[in-house]
Amino acid sequence: MNGVHDMGGMHGFGAVAPERDEPVFHAPWEGRVLAMNRAMGSLGLWNIDIGRFSRESLPPDVYLSSSYYRRWTLGLEDLVVRYGLVGADELAAGRALHPAAPGTRKLAAADAPKLLARGSYERPAASPARFKTGDRVRTKNMHPAGHTRLPRYVRGHAGVVECVRGCHVFPDAVAAGRGEEAHWLYTVVFDGRELWGEAGDPTLEVSVEAWEPYLEPA
Amino acid sequence: MQLRVRALESILTEKGYVDPEALDFIIEAYETRIGPHIGARIVAKAWADPQFKQRLIADATAAVGALGFAGRPTHLIAVENTPKRHNMIVCTLCSCYPWEVLGLPPVWYKSSPYRSRAVIDPRGVLAEFGVSLPAETEIRVWDSTAETRFIVVPMRPAGTPGWSEEKLARLVTRNAMVGTGLALAPAEIAGEAAT
Repeated sequence: MNGVHDMGGMHGFGAVAPERDEPVFHAPWEGRVLAMNRAMGSLGLWNIDIGRFSRESLPPDVYLSSSYYRRWTLGLEDLVVRYGLVGADELAAGRALHPAAPGTRKLAAADAPKLLARGSYERPAASPARFKTGDRVRTKNMHPAGHTRLPRYVRGHAGVVECVRGCHVFPDAVAAGRGEEAHWLYTVVFDGRELWGEAGDPTLEVSVEAWEPYLEPA
Repeated sequence: MQLRVRALESILTEKGYVDPEALDFIIEAYETRIGPHIGARIVAKAWADPQFKQRLIADATAAVGALGFAGRPTHLIAVENTPKRHNMIVCTLCSCYPWEVLGLPPVWYKSSPYRSRAVIDPRGVLAEFGVSLPAETEIRVWDSTAETRFIVVPMRPAGTPGWSEEKLARLVTRNAMVGTGLALAPAEIAGEAAT
């Protein structure tokens, strides 16, 4: 979706403001919501792309005015209601009112260490890769209303395949409910002036990780 | 937010979806055990051991996995800074970051200013971190748009021949491994000013 989360190249957000001696969490609730997201994600009802899409789907003004962990809170509330785990009335009441959804399990404390490593997103290839290192490619000029990982600032631009990363779970498909539909993933590198015009930094190159359906031969 | 999040946790706990002890474990791990000190040890090892560096650049997932840290990395890619080329990592779409080797990302990494400007004005961003590169240095920005994760191997500072990995690791900052900083000079760490 062409959302405000897709920020590459936008103006107006001001200077980067690094914080000296920044704590891991700025308040205890940030840690709780991070951990709840990890624990609930491990139940296997949704994957990382569906989680991202729930946050991207927040209204633009809410997305921009919310801190990172507030977005995670709002996104998780949306998911637990959408997947039938929690009723909207329960969120409003702030307590459980109904029995749990049947058949759901929970992450036992003994299994929590497994969450410190991510699972693999690479899958067996159903067909050979269409592109190889060194191939010139162009990203499609595409504007899906659903989830995608092709940022707007590279769409319609010519670049070079720098590396073939294997066949990976395709976020656009998972978030649309079509299943993993793994596709070949490539590192595609663009010249800075190809993306930003003549005024672009001549010493700049930018790469994205792009799935095969995002690309055509150039 | 404290109340809202507490209510959500109590609903999920009462309904049996989460175990508060599992949440405690995850929080404790990211507060105390998984952080940039892991990445610093990896970089220091790469500086001290050319064969390890070769393995790291060829396949960081395997090279780092063999070291046995708490969170084994998945789809990790190490990119090396040289006098000719400086690498920077960003996630313009959300906040993808190599948690297993750097811990949780700082607020600035997830912020709109960084996400919007790293790909169009990296030198301007670097200036805000106090970093100025020679005009001819090539800048490569890696936008983390998939489940691949990146760590920068900064250049080894001068004046460190013969240093142990442990001592070298003290020069490796989180920002140096994201590409918004450089490794510290020996004079910048405590106890080294006079040597």
